[in-house]
Amino acid sequence: MPLSELNPPTPKWGIRFDRPNLKTGLPLQPLMPAGQYIVPLVQKDGSAAEPLLAPGATVLKGQPLVALPTGDQGAAIHAPTSGRVSAIEQHSVPGSGMQRCIFIEADGADQAWSGITPVRNPLDDSPASLLDAIAAAGIVGLGGAMFPTATKLDPGSRIHTLVLNGVECEPRINCDDGLIRDRAGEILAGGQIMLHILGAERCIVAVKADTEVAIECLRAALAELNDARFTLALVPPVYPAGGERQLLQILTGQEIPAGGLPRDIGCICQNVATASAVQRFMHTGEPLTSRIVTITGSGVANAINVEARLGTPIRQLIEFAGGYTTDAVQLIMGGPMMGLPIADDSAPLTKATNCIYVHAQQESAPPSAELACIRCGDCATVCPVALAPQLLLNAQRGDDFEALQDLGLADCIECGCCDYVCPSNIELTSRFRRAKHAEREIEFERLRAATAEERFVARTKRLEREADERRAQSEATDAAGNQAEALQRLLERIAKNDDRQKRE
Amino acid sequence: MVGMVAAIGFVLLQTARRWPENPTTPAERINALLPQTQCGQCGYPGCRPYAQAIVEGTADIDQCAPGGDALVVALSRLLGRSPAKLDRNYGHPQPLAVARIDEAACIGCALCIAACPTDAILGASRFTHTVIRSECTGCELCVAPCPVDCIVLEPLSDAEVNANLQAAACH
Amino acid sequence: MMFLSRDAPYWRGADSVSKMMMSVNLALLPVMLVSAWILGLGIIVNAVLACLFCVALEALALRLRGRPALASALDGSALITGLLIALAVPPLTPWWVTAVACLFAIVFAKHLYGGLGYNVFNPAMVGYVVVLVSFPQHIALWPAPNSAPGLVEALQFIGGGAFDSATVDAITAATPLDSIKIQLGQMRTMREIFADPTGTQLAYRDWTWINAAALAGGLWLLRKKVIRWHIPAAMLTTMGLLYMISYAADSAVHMAPTVGLFSGGTMLGAFFVATDPVSAATTERGRLLYGAGIGMLCFVIRKWGAYPDGLAFAVLLMNMAVPLLDRYTQPRIYGHGRG
Repeated sequence: MPLSELNPPTPKWGIRFDRPNLKTGLPLQPLMPAGQYIVPLVQKDGSAAEPLLAPGATVLKGQPLVALPTGDQGAAIHAPTSGRVSAIEQHSVPGSGMQRCIFIEADGADQAWSGITPVRNPLDDSPASLLDAIAAAGIVGLGGAMFPTATKLDPGSRIHTLVLNGVECEPRINCDDGLIRDRAGEILAGGQIMLHILGAERCIVAVKADTEVAIECLRAALAELNDARFTLALVPPVYPAGGERQLLQILTGQEIPAGGLPRDIGCICQNVATASAVQRFMHTGEPLTSRIVTITGSGVANAINVEARLGTPIRQLIEFAGGYTTDAVQLIMGGPMMGLPIADDSAPLTKATNCIYVHAQQESAPPSAELACIRCGDCATVCPVALAPQLLLNAQRGDDFEALQDLGLADCIECGCCDYVCPSNIELTSRFRRAKHAEREIEFERLRAATAEERFVARTKRLEREADERRAQSEATDAAGNQAEALQRLLERIAKNDDRQKRE
Repeated sequence: MVGMVAAIGFVLLQTARRWPENPTTPAERINALLPQTQCGQCGYPGCRPYAQAIVEGTADIDQCAPGGDALVVALSRLLGRSPAKLDRNYGHPQPLAVARIDEAACIGCALCIAACPTDAILGASRFTHTVIRSECTGCELCVAPCPVDCIVLEPLSDAEVNANLQAAACH
Repeated sequence: MMFLSRDAPYWRGADSVSKMMMSVNLALLPVMLVSAWILGLGIIVNAVLACLFCVALEALALRLRGRPALASALDGSALITGLLIALAVPPLTPWWVTAVACLFAIVFAKHLYGGLGYNVFNPAMVGYVVVLVSFPQHIALWPAPNSAPGLVEALQFIGGGAFDSATVDAITAATPLDSIKIQLGQMRTMREIFADPTGTQLAYRDWTWINAAALAGGLWLLRKKVIRWHIPAAMLTTMGLLYMISYAADSAVHMAPTVGLFSGGTMLGAFFVATDPVSAATTERGRLLYGAGIGMLCFVIRKWGAYPDGLAFAVLLMNMAVPLLDRYTQPRIYGHGRG
């Protein structure tokens, strides 16, 4: 059977980076479990899960550390290796600030917990039980969103297309590329399980068109799988084509409605690493305790892909990659376009960390001073959501929130393309991020004011009603009072009469 | 000629349809900008009466302390007046704060409940009272009536602010 | 180890305003050289003068406004203004006329509006129009074909010395657009106008070369992606179409499209003036409309207006429409329904 392949057209927006990808070594380099692991308890929604264990307890690899959360946003958390819980305290977590974390001293034995049994034949199992299994395995979106996979695979509406996203969004990140080269079969098997759960009829495996080796690996694996539902899509290597919304637009020509989700157009996107984690769990019963992460950037000695246990301090990963170069100045979680700054390299590897990017001095030299916008419009050309950054900039400078809203500030995905092309060095993305924050504050004030007014009006009405009632009552009392007075007068008269009679 | 008149008429009609005039009254538009603390610092019993007074010309636009200078600027923009600053005689702008009742000290007199313009204090006579934090506007009207001075205004915690911003973002 | 906490994105492209401006200046070289070859060295003298005036005024204005003067004055934008003024006015224009043009361009049109990035009108065109309206007799000093004045003669004119009517008549002549306009007014037909090989025909050939040089520079800018295709394409297409229609209607009194497109400031305007990003529309559709508007107005002014070439006026008029164009041609934002 011939493989079906898609060559979607190059989008009008975005940036083609001319800087070459750093070559990262293959195969994946596993990091041996040793030393201290730091497992954050923070969940996707910012709440912290309750630990099941107290300091001093011993744990085995894969043992649940928290009670299975009930909400949509929660995910199970497992011990990355066997050892002893040494502390539960606040520690810095990339992208989440200070969070409560479980510290585990590894004992080196890496002994596995036997509490979870693999699902032998997932394709014969019911979707509901598979979803439970995926939730118990703590699998979340490994592309960086960390959204619980079980929740995402249970959309509550009909899905026709599953997209396995292997298009690394940002330049330099190639952990998915490495994964595909190493485990294409596992990814596709995971895709089959997801198709089964969703009841979807087709699966598009999307990769960047310039990753030749990965494409060959996928072609071979697809040929072996021989499943007509699978299509390989070679996506033009344009940043940010790997973003869920942008990728679906490229693949299907459809846009996700503003404020909506991919399921609104019948699609679901899953990262290839997530698919691989699902298959791995079904096959071996091993919950999500490790992930592949790219260590790269000009501030680190060797660029590598490494499969590391979750909770490994970032410093250790950097050392594994040969350590910092002398001019390393900034540590970033994620890529050079959208990554978050990490203040402290003792922070742990999390499920969301697809890349650690180390910036070197010459690369992150302070940008030359902002010049005036010359309205060249390059920013509008590259914007993947068709905003007009040059007009947004004016509105932002004037704090004109009405105009910002009209111009679609809320739709900005903060991809940084406008910054990249701006000839005047204007930090547009940063400004828009601040404006969004300010807009949220204003929205909050507005909501608060609306509630307050509502309550004030209700209270005023209530007071008026009460006043009316009191008036009515006092009138009634007055009427009653008159009778009593008459009676009193009568009694007094009688009493007087009595007195007079007595005197007489 | 007739055709031209018809064409111009059509264009005007379409324009009017496409950009309808704002249907709200001036007082409502002013009221929408006011912070709705209902604190009365402006000298009017609530935000709407103040808005009405601005429309009638009996009040100036610089009398709302909780709104601060930003509000005065917004009002001047709305009304096409020259930008001004808050008249500090009506009070000083404060960061958003909410009232907290020291429940150990509260004697349950219910005076604060009567004073609260948004019914944000719960309680009954001779029982300790408590403030619904999300409904409190920080107007301070409950502070003066308290006979035991057990009400203080506290700024929102960072966590609360973040939660609020999240909620506003989802909105 | 202490780490920076700067915000994303961490990479920046290599584009810069001054690089863009320098590319434009470079792209103006061919038309400058061809003009010098055809119209004489006066244009080079004028260009040097105009650039000096513009950069000096830019530096002065920045200084008075309390901005870093030197770096910004050398960003290349003032040079473009100077070169465009030098190309717009005749090569024998007295120095003080050029100075007035530069003054209005840099001080009035640019810095009184807030400097680079904030000017509503194209500075060079404002400067040119001011002197065109104020000193019409000085702005008619175009050398006659095949009699380009030498450096000494040119310097005399530019110095303001050789300004008696006999000398002027001896070495200057109307530009093709001008002479066509005059002769059409004398009820001559196009065929008759172009019949004399030493008059309009020759002048038209010269101006075709100048326009071709401007076109070449413009195409290079397109290739370098310093400018985008929308404005020149829309402008030239609109003008071409209008010329074609009028020529098809009556070829005796209307210019052939090639004549219209390759005379006067058409190509210079299409690629170097109308594409000035600051005063042009920024959206794709807005740029198409903006270019088309300039093309149309230019045609209308040439056809019915009092001036032989209407490019500067067309550009300034469309500059005024830019905020409106930008406002109503915003593309549909991702995820927001059509219509």
